[in-house]
Amino acid sequence: MLRATVKSLLARKLRLVLSGLAVLLGVMFVSGSFVLTDALGRSFDNMFSSAMAETDVLVAADPAIDVSELEGEAVPGLLRSADRDTVAAVPGVAGVVGEVQADGARVIGADGKVVTSFGPPRFGANWTGETGGLELREGRGPSADDEIAINVTLAELSKLKVGDRVGVLTTKPKQMFTLVGVFGYEGGLPGRGPVHEVRFTEPVAQELMLGTPGAYTSLSVTAAPGTDPAALRDAIRGALGDGYQVQTGAEAAAAIADGFKEALSFFNNILLGFAGVALFVGTFLILNTFSIIVAQRTKELALSRALGASRRQVIGSVMVEALVIGLVAAVLGLAAGVGVGALLAEVAASFSSLVLAGIGLPLAAVISAFVVGIGVTMIAALLPAVRASRVPPVAALQEVATPDRPLTKLTVSGTVLGALGTGAIAYGLATDGDAVLWLLLGGVLAAFVGVALLSPALARPAVSVLGRLFSWSVPGKLGRLNSGRNPRRTAITAAALMVGVALITGVNTIITSADRSLRGDATDAFQADLIISGQGSPGMLPTFDEALLPKMRELAGVRSVAAEYNEQAVIDGEPRMATAVTDLPTVVQDFSLVAAAGVLSQPAPGEVVVGESYAADSGLAVGDTVTARLPRGEPTTFRIIGMYQATPFYGGFIFGPDIVPGMRTPAPSFAYVRLADGADAAAARKGLEALLVDSPEMLVEDTGQFLDRELGESAQLLLMIQVLLGLAILIAVLGVINTLALSVLERTRELGLLRAIGLSRAATMRMVTVEAVVITVFGALLGVAVGIGLGAAVVQGLADEGLKELAIPWSQVGVYLVLGALVGVLAAVLPATRAARINVLSAIAHD
Amino acid sequence: MTPAAAPPLTRQRVETAAARATGLWKVYGTGEAQVIALRGVDVELERGRFTAIMGPSGSGKSTLMHCLAGLDAVSRGQVHVGDTELTGLNDAGLTRLRREKIGFIFQQFNLLPTLTAEENILLPLAIAGRKPDQQWFRTVIDTVGLGDRLGHRPSQLSGGQQQRVACARALVSRPEVIFADEPTGNLDSRSGAEVLGFLRRSVTEYGQTIVMVTHDANAAAYADRVVFLADGQLVAELTQPTPESVLDTLKSLDRVAPAGAEH
Repeated sequence: MLRATVKSLLARKLRLVLSGLAVLLGVMFVSGSFVLTDALGRSFDNMFSSAMAETDVLVAADPAIDVSELEGEAVPGLLRSADRDTVAAVPGVAGVVGEVQADGARVIGADGKVVTSFGPPRFGANWTGETGGLELREGRGPSADDEIAINVTLAELSKLKVGDRVGVLTTKPKQMFTLVGVFGYEGGLPGRGPVHEVRFTEPVAQELMLGTPGAYTSLSVTAAPGTDPAALRDAIRGALGDGYQVQTGAEAAAAIADGFKEALSFFNNILLGFAGVALFVGTFLILNTFSIIVAQRTKELALSRALGASRRQVIGSVMVEALVIGLVAAVLGLAAGVGVGALLAEVAASFSSLVLAGIGLPLAAVISAFVVGIGVTMIAALLPAVRASRVPPVAALQEVATPDRPLTKLTVSGTVLGALGTGAIAYGLATDGDAVLWLLLGGVLAAFVGVALLSPALARPAVSVLGRLFSWSVPGKLGRLNSGRNPRRTAITAAALMVGVALITGVNTIITSADRSLRGDATDAFQADLIISGQGSPGMLPTFDEALLPKMRELAGVRSVAAEYNEQAVIDGEPRMATAVTDLPTVVQDFSLVAAAGVLSQPAPGEVVVGESYAADSGLAVGDTVTARLPRGEPTTFRIIGMYQATPFYGGFIFGPDIVPGMRTPAPSFAYVRLADGADAAAARKGLEALLVDSPEMLVEDTGQFLDRELGESAQLLLMIQVLLGLAILIAVLGVINTLALSVLERTRELGLLRAIGLSRAATMRMVTVEAVVITVFGALLGVAVGIGLGAAVVQGLADEGLKELAIPWSQVGVYLVLGALVGVLAAVLPATRAARINVLSAIAHD
Repeated sequence: MTPAAAPPLTRQRVETAAARATGLWKVYGTGEAQVIALRGVDVELERGRFTAIMGPSGSGKSTLMHCLAGLDAVSRGQVHVGDTELTGLNDAGLTRLRREKIGFIFQQFNLLPTLTAEENILLPLAIAGRKPDQQWFRTVIDTVGLGDRLGHRPSQLSGGQQQRVACARALVSRPEVIFADEPTGNLDSRSGAEVLGFLRRSVTEYGQTIVMVTHDANAAAYADRVVFLADGQLVAELTQPTPESVLDTLKSLDRVAPAGAEH
């Protein structure tokens, strides 16, 4: 039986290559992401351990605001000069270097614009000499308070040269410095990773980056010769007492690297998610291939049954075939994954000035490749294998093919599964907690499988309606009839395409709805004439000088200016965004806020207003008090004086300006400007822009421009998701090619007959193409329908979060359908060429 | 049954053959593996007549038909269908020729399973983009006796009915010549007789030209003329054959060429 299996494998190379390719691509994605994160992870380890090479013990304060990477930005606590003296006095300490380092030093480049970062921090730090691997490349370190040095990364991006006068924005408004030096790091590196670095003299760094004279973010301690770092760590810990984090250099390096790896693992999970989609689609393809193989081998299987093979042996023979494909695909996929992982790691490293630690083969990649590759293939082959075992021996003797089995069972189970999936999604959206993600995931999966099971029943009417579009020509009509011939095969091929299209359509529907809802709400609610806001980097709200506010208010045509400050805070123990406004009644008007309880007057010191739904969740009422702590402030009690109905723009705590001194950057990040009746808007805008000349990050926009820019980011996100999900569609296209190639093969004689009675080659190709297009358009239609359904369900579920309006991206749905047709044409190229080349004679010869 | 309308016989020009081969050679392979299927065959198939090609297995009778019908390229010599010379036509030209001048009836796989009997019959016309002549179509349907089966798909028809559909399809476009390759090879004798009877009538009553390859003496006896092939050469010919005379000729051929090369 084994030999027969191997022979049958070899005899069906093409279809096995195609279905194996689907598994291979999935495995490649899975193992590639493991290889990538492994290589980057080890590179981070190396980078930070070299950064900490001269540090025996690192001292830091407990964070002022401790939140995880996903909840927001953690705010480190500060050390004082007294702490430095305490540490220096500990026996065994040879030296203490106080370090100042904080994100948010924005350098204005040679072009007058702020040098932006796509995510990595823009550190402002104190100059501590050529320590920790730092090497001067040009000039010297800053020695006067108006001097700075920058790293090579930043020097290249800003195109600044030693001797230039440079504007730097920090927690304080723009200040001018002379660039006196450019530095890099050992090993010829332009920076430690992709960060931008500005080094000031120590007092300037403390003042501008921390807002606190004499403060440090960490103390780097060198041990006296012969002192054990761990022992010294314990001694320092004892001397400082509570409220400090004391680690050996090695521990600190590992901890920083772990932080980066956590972010990497998040990235890894995203990649694995897409790999999952790819494999899910691949499962359809394999299932279909094996079904067809079993159908074509009916006689052979029946013969082996007649010759005495048991049902178990028949199942075994199909499963061995699957095992071999899975194994080969896993090995090749793993190899391809190492290649792709290495390539991506190289790209990432070159983008981020990282020295790659070399490409390794992590065990996780190997195990997942084999588990996934073999597992998916065998699971997909199980159903066809069982069906194969049910072929009765008598089938070997019968001429007629087995009649179409009724679709009732499939349709019923599809409906049930689809309903279960929809239910799970609805329940998942309605509840909170850890199970939500799994409920949604399971629901979507069940819905997909449900629709896939329903699709054979849908295929017949859908194909016949779709096919009418092509029935004006004979090849078109024949193609349509061919695609309706085997509804199961057509359906499952189309279902594979459905998954990718549905996901893309669903995501698009959600994003479009969010966009539309926000825009709709904003257009209704935004009463401000002009909005001043900053175009910054991720996780960083640019600010402007508070002192400009009175000048703005004095501009001709300006009626009112309300400023808004934002900062990370801890409120009643929870990490929250704290907003402060200078003029709440104006903001209430500008954003059409509606009071739900109490009053919405400007909060006096010690007063706060809060969004109604947030208050309800926390069990707060007007008159209650909350405790808020800001990064540079002490815990303070605030009394709730009013509540407002949440909008997509405001939902949390709004304080008065009394919390601003506790912010790291005590400057406004937004201002809402109202103009006087009949004022010249263009002139007012020019005046505002002139005032903001030292804040190149700030933009003055009207509501429409502001929203276009803010929502433009979601379009980028959508594009990225579309590209990644394109892989799922690519695999589905492989499935279409596979199905068509098999159909052409099966119908060799028919094609020969058609050619004999005068069908031209071109018409033959057209016939196959129409068949392909009918299948892919059917799949795209299914996908669009399911995607809109899923998107609508999510939008419905998120109605509370401000997604009020369901907006279906019709024009893009149209594009997907057209693309579906194009993909069909593309998939048909090879099979159609093959069909056209069929030798008429061999096709009709009977002996 | 009498024909509903007289078929237009004006295009019949007896002076030209419906198909003709001159010095036809067909060689497969090269060197050691070379097999000569046809060695210089000269044959003329007259219009409005029913010609049978007979011969033992490997005599080249199927090859001759394939070459005459433009399904297979010839190695040397010339083939004409009507006025058209086939040798030298490219695929598009051959396709057009088959579409316009030739009808086919194969032993099996004659019909597209997705189409009804009627659609199958009209398929060559549909491919050529021609409108069927309704009167002629009805005549053909009546002659083959498929009136009540037109809406059926091939899987719902018996083997004999399927072959009758194939005959109707070949006839409905009134081609220059119909080539039938063992049309009764897969049928029981009664169904076979029906199909042959129908072919005979289409020649007698409507002047259709038919060339049939067969190895069955009874089938060949329906023809006006039988040509015998052995070892790739034309070796004998009978007119107004009977099963007995065909069998006798075949026996004499066995003696002449005892070792017929298999192809």
